[in-house]
Amino acid sequence: MPDQLLYAMEVTLNGLMAGVLYALVALGFVLIFKASGIFNYAQGVMALFAALTLVGIQDGQVPFAHLINAIFGTDVHHFGWHVPAILAILLTVVVMVAFAWIVERYILRHLVNQPGIILFMATIGLAYFMEGFGDMMWGSDIKKLDVGLPQGINIAIDDTTFNWFGYGFFIDNLDISATIVAVILVVALTVFSQYSKQGRALRAVADDHQAALSVGISLRFIWVLVWSIAGFVALVAGIMWGSKSGVQFSLSLIALKALPVLMLGGFTSIPGAIVGGLIIGVGEKLFEFAIGPLVGGATENWFAYVLALLFLVFRPQGLFGEKIIERV
Amino acid sequence: MLYREAGDFKTSYRDDSQTFPIKFDRIAYYVLIAVALIVVPFVINDYWANAVLLPFLIYAIAALGLNVLTGYAGQVSLGTGGFMAVGAYASYKLMTSFPDVNIFFHIILSGGITALVGMLFGLPSLRIKGFYLAVATLAAQFFLVWLFNRVPWFYNYSASGQISVPERAVFGIKVTGPQTEAWATYLFCLVFVFLSAWIVRNLTRGSTGRKWMAIRDMDIAAEIIGVNPLTAKLSAFAVSSFFVGVAGALFFSVYLGAVEVGEAFGIQKSFLVLFMIIIGGLGSIFGSFAGAAFMVLMPVLLKNTLVGGLGWATDLAAHLEFMIVGGLILFFLIVEPHGLAALWKVMKEKLRLWPFPH
Repeated sequence: MPDQLLYAMEVTLNGLMAGVLYALVALGFVLIFKASGIFNYAQGVMALFAALTLVGIQDGQVPFAHLINAIFGTDVHHFGWHVPAILAILLTVVVMVAFAWIVERYILRHLVNQPGIILFMATIGLAYFMEGFGDMMWGSDIKKLDVGLPQGINIAIDDTTFNWFGYGFFIDNLDISATIVAVILVVALTVFSQYSKQGRALRAVADDHQAALSVGISLRFIWVLVWSIAGFVALVAGIMWGSKSGVQFSLSLIALKALPVLMLGGFTSIPGAIVGGLIIGVGEKLFEFAIGPLVGGATENWFAYVLALLFLVFRPQGLFGEKIIERV
Repeated sequence: MLYREAGDFKTSYRDDSQTFPIKFDRIAYYVLIAVALIVVPFVINDYWANAVLLPFLIYAIAALGLNVLTGYAGQVSLGTGGFMAVGAYASYKLMTSFPDVNIFFHIILSGGITALVGMLFGLPSLRIKGFYLAVATLAAQFFLVWLFNRVPWFYNYSASGQISVPERAVFGIKVTGPQTEAWATYLFCLVFVFLSAWIVRNLTRGSTGRKWMAIRDMDIAAEIIGVNPLTAKLSAFAVSSFFVGVAGALFFSVYLGAVEVGEAFGIQKSFLVLFMIIIGGLGSIFGSFAGAAFMVLMPVLLKNTLVGGLGWATDLAAHLEFMIVGGLILFFLIVEPHGLAALWKVMKEKLRLWPFPH
């Protein structure tokens, strides 16, 4: 087989893995958008915040240490204990649920019936607030996140492909575990929304707010629930991205990576988020591989957006989105 | 007691539909212009010009531009930073290619070029609406920044990849470059701000503005009563991008002097200008100014009190600034979704009844 084709295959595989990670972030967006019609720009920052909290709890950092030191002139930084990964993850989930409750209680409740764009801007405000809050709580230095996921090149794939083609593919173990986690997450979410009582209520709310209210579903509870789930998805995405490239500010920018995925897949479709993520992941890696060197590289920054834009011109609701029907 | 329309009789439709129908407002407006033109240039110093007045004036133009698109025509754009970059790079290319032409025309022309680019990226708005469009404009943001970063022609093949402004003068007074006087740059920007506000005000109250607002309120209904969505949306994109481009050109040439595109015109800039018009008030000229003033002044104030006054570390102050900006946006959206402009209106209503509110 020619080398170029092999490289392209490797790039495609890596693109698929990256696409899974994009889909993980996009999933959080879709959940909230379906249940409350809110386009939650803060999803990326939630992932950052969740990862920061996880690292902070694991390492036993003192929250707001920097602020306390600045005000009282003390010098505290660590409690000096080390929390095991599982316990730290559970504690972080608790924090994210508390966060969901606070968001519902102090923000969403006051913005009921506002037009979608106002809610969108509110989530941008929330994103800014969380960015500052997360940094103030845990410090803004780059942190290493390790919850025991395997890392580095996958030897088995490398060997097998070397035996087949005479060229070993480089696939990161972390990407493989991310894929497995994403699949489990999607299956779990589907089962939850199809078969559990709360899941049914969630779908009812997504379908029609007023009808759901009239059969006795508590909108507020559903909102807290859905923001908690989105917080959990953000935590998973934060763990994956954080293990990959460290927990730092740029983690919040994955939201920007997930937006074209959403546009492509449709804002209201969970399968759309997955398929969109895969298309974008493969598309941008292949484009960078094939065209990137000709035009100066770093095309990954914009390719996804332009692809989604062109796509939307032909299908304005995305791949799996609900058909937009407009009435006067 | 001074703030009354009683006794101020209008005898023509022209008088009746003027921008400031109340005499007190009119006088206040003229006084404000007189102060800005005659008093400020004599008292201004470098610190005030660079930290407060220049950014305020330039962002006011950008906010006016974005307000045309988002506030009046209802098309949310997150590409402001990219369009400002177009203005900046257009002015740079024009200034270096045609050194004999006055910089004033360069900046106007840069606005024109940005308008064309804006129309190009506005084309999808005919098919895509709402959130999808907001996200689609991000394509403009990322693509344009990448383009100016990667194609060396735009920065004249300079080794650093930066663009830096050549020295230019208007009426023999330097307005760009390192050796400028604070008052000269201030007045130069003020002229553009005045012209922009004047043009936007008159566009938005004429038939063009009414078409934009009809599209904003409901585009299908607007189409049925005979508003052409193609021309209305594209003209909104063109006018908006024109002013954003002028702001970008001024931001680069007069304010910063040297620019690295990702840093100066990144996505943060798009959000900053968007925040200005949300906090100031969507669909309001006064709101554009109020929002720009607020977003420029607040960080300066915070920095002065926290770092200067309390002696905190700068990074801590920066985090707090993020929290306060985010918190304020949430606060404004919850308490007054129509921004500072709506608060101003309420205040004026109260003032008209004062001191006998019943």
